[in-house]
Amino acid sequence: MKERESRYFRRIDTSVYKRLYRSKEFMDDCFNEQIDLDLIARQANFSQYHFLRLFKRVYNTTPHRYLTQKRVEKAQELLKKNDNSVTGVCFDVGFESPGSFSTLFFKYTGLSPTEFKRQYEHKVMLTVRFPEKFIPACFLISPVLFPD
Amino acid sequence: MITKLSHASILVLNQDEAYDFYVNKLGFKVHTDAKMDNGFRWLTVTPPGQPDLEITLLEIKPGMMWDEKTANTLRELVKGGKLGTGVFEADDIQATYEELKAKGVKFSGPPEEKFYGTETIMTDNSGNWFSVTERPKPKP
Repeated sequence: MKERESRYFRRIDTSVYKRLYRSKEFMDDCFNEQIDLDLIARQANFSQYHFLRLFKRVYNTTPHRYLTQKRVEKAQELLKKNDNSVTGVCFDVGFESPGSFSTLFFKYTGLSPTEFKRQYEHKVMLTVRFPEKFIPACFLISPVLFPD
Repeated sequence: MITKLSHASILVLNQDEAYDFYVNKLGFKVHTDAKMDNGFRWLTVTPPGQPDLEITLLEIKPGMMWDEKTANTLRELVKGGKLGTGVFEADDIQATYEELKAKGVKFSGPPEEKFYGTETIMTDNSGNWFSVTERPKPKP
């Protein structure tokens, strides 16, 4: 047990970090394609088992969870832009069906994609129309507030 | 009693470039990106592990907050790397360093062990610099 613990706390070699990062970068670049663990692990030249263990240790998440989170985050980013529809975003970020997109989006954000988009657009619209109600005063006026 | 910090500012030279740095490179989330009719852009981001801290990416330009002379002075200070803005924390500093370096982020050098953790210095694409630190983890 002690040996296992000391192995766990041993520093990871820089070259391993670089290889792990290659796989993470691959997911960042190809999140909208159908990629599996084997393909991701191969980017780092690790076996699936070894890759999974190291990835989890360094990034505190599994590659699958990282990829899903990446897709949901990208979806959030795209939904914040006016001209993107929910269905379009679903396929743009690599989900295969609007149903699974909605379910996973809800799991990660607590909102459906439609509701997320509606709430964000409403907040921006109110901020633009009534900046004094949403932007703290220190950002809207001259900082010369305290004359002698 | 003041209980916490909800907003902080990072003065930037260009908001589009700052968006690219903080969102696309560092992985911060956009909280609000609202463009006013008068040209003012309220752009705030949040660190991934701190969704209730809005960091305002405030473009330095003459307007509501600064006159032209003050804005020029501030731009020179930021551009010249004279302003240290704060400390970011990372779960794994070596992984973060390797990843961000590969994305073109500038560092003072590899992370070094200090009394308070393992640290390196990073600059953003305006010239602001930050400590990036991994706190020592308690052994089980």
